[in-house]
Amino acid sequence: MEMIKKGAEADLYLAEFSSLLHPGRRGKVILKLRVSKKYRIQEIDNWLRRYRTSLEAKLMIDAKRAGVPTPTILEVDPDGAKIVMSFSEGEQLKNVLDRLPVRRRRLICRKIGRYIARLHLAGIVHGDLTTSNMILERSGRLVLIDFGLGCYDTSVEARGVDLHLLRRALESVHFKIAGEAYRLVVDEYRNTFGRGAGEIIRRAEEISKRGRYVAKEERAWR
Amino acid sequence: MMICLGIEGTAHTFGVGVVNQSGKILANCWRTYVPEEGGIHPREAVQFHARCAGEVIEEAMRMAGISPSDIDLVSFSQGPGLGPVLRTAATAARALAVWLNVPIVGVNHCVAHVEIGRLTGRAEDPVTGYVSGGNTQIIAFSSGRYRIFGETLDIPLGNCLDVFARRIGLPHPGGPKVEELAKRGTRYLRLPYAVKGMDMSFSGILSEAIRLVEGGEAPEDVAYSLQETAFAAVVEVAERALAHTEKDEVMLTGGVAANRRLREMLRTMAGEHGAKFVVPPFELCQDNGAMIAWTGLLAYRSGWRQRLEETQVRQRWRTDEVEVTWR
Repeated sequence: MEMIKKGAEADLYLAEFSSLLHPGRRGKVILKLRVSKKYRIQEIDNWLRRYRTSLEAKLMIDAKRAGVPTPTILEVDPDGAKIVMSFSEGEQLKNVLDRLPVRRRRLICRKIGRYIARLHLAGIVHGDLTTSNMILERSGRLVLIDFGLGCYDTSVEARGVDLHLLRRALESVHFKIAGEAYRLVVDEYRNTFGRGAGEIIRRAEEISKRGRYVAKEERAWR
Repeated sequence: MMICLGIEGTAHTFGVGVVNQSGKILANCWRTYVPEEGGIHPREAVQFHARCAGEVIEEAMRMAGISPSDIDLVSFSQGPGLGPVLRTAATAARALAVWLNVPIVGVNHCVAHVEIGRLTGRAEDPVTGYVSGGNTQIIAFSSGRYRIFGETLDIPLGNCLDVFARRIGLPHPGGPKVEELAKRGTRYLRLPYAVKGMDMSFSGILSEAIRLVEGGEAPEDVAYSLQETAFAAVVEVAERALAHTEKDEVMLTGGVAANRRLREMLRTMAGEHGAKFVVPPFELCQDNGAMIAWTGLLAYRSGWRQRLEETQVRQRWRTDEVEVTWR
């Protein structure tokens, strides 16, 4: 088993299907393990890891049901704070988005908007929408990963934050194409979400202006 | 060498500090308004501050061994805080600056907490947990500003502890009393754990804790559970900020920095990430004038200039609105 990511909350391992689940099957799987934290008492630690493990698995399954490609959940073990899921082989969108042919890139931006709208319509917010959390498979399929900060929330604010976070991620990592990319995301989001999309998009704008996440240019003492 | 006198007044404390440009704290004096009952009453706090302002300023100059003519700069807490209280400190600062004919600079109270911590807590570039009765923020410096990685969505953690103490009949100051009580708690009672994304919420924990005591649970157990639950949320957000920014220092400041359990939890978390953990001396964790003086110096020396009419207070001035020109 090879560790591929050490996060603040969980570690990710790449493992053989055969070693983890069923000896007869080949291929790779991802194991997500929520690690115990010594700073908090065991009662809180156990409860949190258990709760978040089942929540994340449920969010991913519901997302898939809503038409958003996510890794397939193969096993959930709340007591062990473990999720085993299919491994999406491909590139992190973060590493390829800028270099894609323009037409293809535009289609992908629209796809992102469509997927976010589908999540929101299913009552889900992802909570960490960045291009690091999107995998572009060789087949062209775009897979959303890491629902670790996700939750069920249908408020305009939560949905607005989701859009805003994506915009921020685009602006910091893909600054050359961020303007067009976000416009396409939002346009397709509006098409898919339908009634009420405008309010969410405006809220995302307003959140950006709160100064919380972005640099404002004016001096503080003006 | 330039000497700055800083005036702090955002909530309970009226503080005056004198700091020179090499970062030596020459004086740090304060008076704290203690309400007879209940929480802070802005008008009474203002009367208290106005009464003691002159005497605290004199005391600070005496302690620093300077005369008024040695002061080169006056700074004050321009926000965030309670409007009337801010205006009192600002008025004192304006009067002093005009009388001495020296420049005046208004600084951000939260940024000042971080800056005095960097000066005296021996940290260069920490992820800061600023936890007090008025604010709860996880702050880290990134591209020219102190960014808020997470903050309370409702009440500050210190306020949560104080109100809990008051409601179960503990005398002022509530925080230390709750800490004492919690040491004797043994049973964990489930309280709502509230980290939402990167933000925290404490109002649900507070109502549930009060309800448990009213329902007959041992106050020791509830105090213990309250601390463990609320602190775990703060530490978790700090941990996420640490992992995200890849910094290697964690600092705790604000009034709640006095709490040994919170320190212990943050120290453990920092240790797990190979990061250093620091807490500034307590008189510089609580609200104080020295932090305002020091931050005023930093700002002035990096080019901040204010006309008198630009010194209106800013009650909701956010940490991340301040362009940090001195780093």
